[in-house]
Amino acid sequence: MPARGDAGRDASVPSLAWLRRLGRRVLAFCSRLGRANLFILRVLAGMPSVIPRFHLVMAQIYHVGVLSLAIIVFSALNVGMVLGLQMYNTLVNFDAESALGPVVALSLVRELGPVVAALLFAGRAGSALTAEIGLMKATEQLSSMEMMAVDPVRRIVAPRLLAGVLAMPLLAIIFCAVGIGGGYFVGVGLLGVDEGAFWSQMQDQVDWSEDVVNGIIKSVVFGVVVTWIAVFEGYESEPTAEGVSRATTRSVVYASLAVLFLDFVLTALMFGAF
Amino acid sequence: MKQKDTMEIMVGLFVLAAVAALFMLAMKVSNLTTLNEDEGYVLYARFDNIGGLKVMSPVRAGGVLVGRVVAIEYDQDRFEARVKMAIDPRYDRFPRDTTASIFTAGLLGEQYISLEAGGEEAYLGNGDEIRLTQSAFILEQVLGRLFYDQAAQ
Amino acid sequence: MREGKRDADNEAALTGGRHGNLVELHGVTFGYGMRCVLDGVTLRFRRGCVTAIMGPSGTGKTTLLRLIGGQLKADRGQVLVAGQDVGRLDREALYELRKRMGVLFQSGALFTGLDVFDNVAFPLREHTRLPESMIRDLVLMKLQAVGLRGARHLMPGELSGGMARRVALARAIALDPMVIMYDEPFTGQDPITLGVIMKLIRLLNDSLGLTSIIVSHDVQEVAAISDYVYLLSGGRVVAEGTPRALRETASPWARQFLGGLPDGPVPFHYPAPDYAADLLAG
Repeated sequence: MPARGDAGRDASVPSLAWLRRLGRRVLAFCSRLGRANLFILRVLAGMPSVIPRFHLVMAQIYHVGVLSLAIIVFSALNVGMVLGLQMYNTLVNFDAESALGPVVALSLVRELGPVVAALLFAGRAGSALTAEIGLMKATEQLSSMEMMAVDPVRRIVAPRLLAGVLAMPLLAIIFCAVGIGGGYFVGVGLLGVDEGAFWSQMQDQVDWSEDVVNGIIKSVVFGVVVTWIAVFEGYESEPTAEGVSRATTRSVVYASLAVLFLDFVLTALMFGAF
Repeated sequence: MKQKDTMEIMVGLFVLAAVAALFMLAMKVSNLTTLNEDEGYVLYARFDNIGGLKVMSPVRAGGVLVGRVVAIEYDQDRFEARVKMAIDPRYDRFPRDTTASIFTAGLLGEQYISLEAGGEEAYLGNGDEIRLTQSAFILEQVLGRLFYDQAAQ
Repeated sequence: MREGKRDADNEAALTGGRHGNLVELHGVTFGYGMRCVLDGVTLRFRRGCVTAIMGPSGTGKTTLLRLIGGQLKADRGQVLVAGQDVGRLDREALYELRKRMGVLFQSGALFTGLDVFDNVAFPLREHTRLPESMIRDLVLMKLQAVGLRGARHLMPGELSGGMARRVALARAIALDPMVIMYDEPFTGQDPITLGVIMKLIRLLNDSLGLTSIIVSHDVQEVAAISDYVYLLSGGRVVAEGTPRALRETASPWARQFLGGLPDGPVPFHYPAPDYAADLLAG
C-alpha cells in the first residue's frame, strides 16, 4: 500500500524520482558500509579468543588455502606461460629477448601474482565462505549456536577471517613462483632464451623490498578485504536459499571490484610518485 | 582423528610450499642475495651530471657487478653530485687512479657506474674518493653541441 | 552446612521455587518495524510441566521463543526466566543463562560440518573443560537417551529429518538445561517419527525434571502430551487451559482452531470488495 502511495507522489514530481532513487541508493550503500565496519570490529574483538584455539583456524586454512591450491597452481602456470609467449614476441623485435626474465618476474611479482591470486581466491574460497555462513544462517545453525551461549562471530567468523588473511599471501607467493616457472618453461625451454640471461637479468632488476615485499603487502591487503567481504555477505545474507545465492554472487563481485580498485590505490602508493 | 591428521599434514605442506616459493623469490628471482651497505666498503665519486643513475644502480668493473650505489646527494658548495657506492669486499684492489664513468646498458637500458682501473700501485680504501670521473651521456646535450658545431662551421 | 543452605536458597531463587513458574512473560509487546506481532501477552510456564503455545502460522510463536532466549528484546513488558529479567541482562549474564536453556529448532539446525557425535559434544567442548573420555561418556549417554547411539559417526546430511531432530534434542540436553524449548517439533514428520518425538519430549521432561515449552500448530500431538496450552491469535492470548478444558471452551476462535474448521472467526476469504461488484467492475 505505501509503495503505491510513493509511486503516486513520484509521478506528480517526475523530475525528482531519479534523484530520490539515487539518494536511497547512496544511503543504503553508506549504511551497508557502516555495518560492515561494525561487523569487522566485532570480529576483531573476538580474535583473542581464537588464538588459543588455533586448530579451528587450521581447519579453515585447509578449506580456503589447501583446497584453492590446485586452481592457483594451474592458473599461475598458464598465466606464466602466456606471459612468456607474449613478451617474447614483443621483445624479440627489439633484440631484447634476454629481458624476458625480468619482464615476466616483475609483472607477476608486482601485479599479476597478488591480483589474479586474489581474484581466484574470491571466486573459489570467498564464495564458499559466503555460501557456508549464509547456509548456516538460513538453517538456523548460527541462531542455535547463539542459543547455546556460543557467539557465532567468535566461533565461526573469526577463525575464517584469520585463515583467509593468512592463506592469501601464501597463495600469492606460490602463484608468483609457479608463474615464473611457467615463463621459464616457455621462454627458456621452448623459445630458446639464454638460461643464464633469464635468471641473472631477473635477479638484477627485481628488487626484494621494492617488488617482492610490496607484492606480498598487496596480497595481505587483498586477503583481508576479500575474506572480510565474504564473511560479511554471508553473515548479512537473507536466510533463504535465494538470499544465500544472491549473497554469494555479491560476495564475488564486490570482492573482485575491491581488489582491482585497491590494486590501483596500492600501486600508486608503492610504485607511483614516492 | 585420522581425517584431522591428514588435514593438518596438508596445511603443513601448504605452508612449506609457500616458504619454498618465497625462498625462490628471495634467492633466485630478486636481488636479496646481493650485498648490502654494511657488508662492503664505501667509495665516493663526484659527477657533473648523473643522468638517470639511481640508488641501487649497479657498479661494474669490466662488466662484472662489484657493488651498488647506496646514496646520491647534491653538493651545494661544489655544484656537483656526490655518489656513495658500496663495493663488495672481495674486490679490494682498485688503483687510486681508477676512473668512474656513468654508462647506459644498451640503448634504452638502465644506467650504471663503470670502474676502469688505472696503473697506480696504491689502492683505494674504505671512504676514499675517486678523482677521475666521467659524467652521464646526456642525449640532449650531445645533440645540442652537435648542432652548435654544425652551425658554427 | 551454611554453604549448603545458601546453595539451596540460590537454587530456589534461580528456578522460581520448586512448584513456581520457571518462565514468565508479563504484558510483552513486540513488533518488527510497524508490524505488531505480540500485543501485551502474559504467559506462565510452570516448572516441570510441558506447556504448549498454539496458534496459526504468523502469530509470533517463534518470536516468543526468541524473546525467552534473549535473541530479541521486548518493546514493552517483561520476560522472566528463573527470576531474571532477560531483556535487561548484559551479554555475559545472558550467555550464562543460555547455558541453562536448550532450544530445538524447527530444522534441527545441526552443524553440517560436524558428525553426530561432535554435534552433541559441541556444547560440552565449548563450555566445559572435561577430559575427552568423559565427554565421550556424556555424549553416548545423551545419544542413548534419544536412541541414536549407533548413529554417532553419521554426518547430518545422512540423517532423516526425524533422526536429525532427535540428534538436535540430544545436543539441546547435553548441558542438562533447566528449560527446553521446541520450535514446531512435529512439522513434516511421518507417523512413526511423530510418535517417537512425542514420547521423547514427555519422557525427557519427566525423567530429567525439565520444563518444556512447545510451540506448535499440530493440535492432536500437542493435546496428547502437554499439561497446559495457550492459544495465540493476532498477537493475543485468546484461550488457555488444560487440553481437556480447552476442548470444551466456548470461545468460537478456539473451537475453529482446535477443530480445524475452514471458516469461522478466521475467515476463509482474504478481505476483498464485494464479489459480484468486483466481477462487474472488470
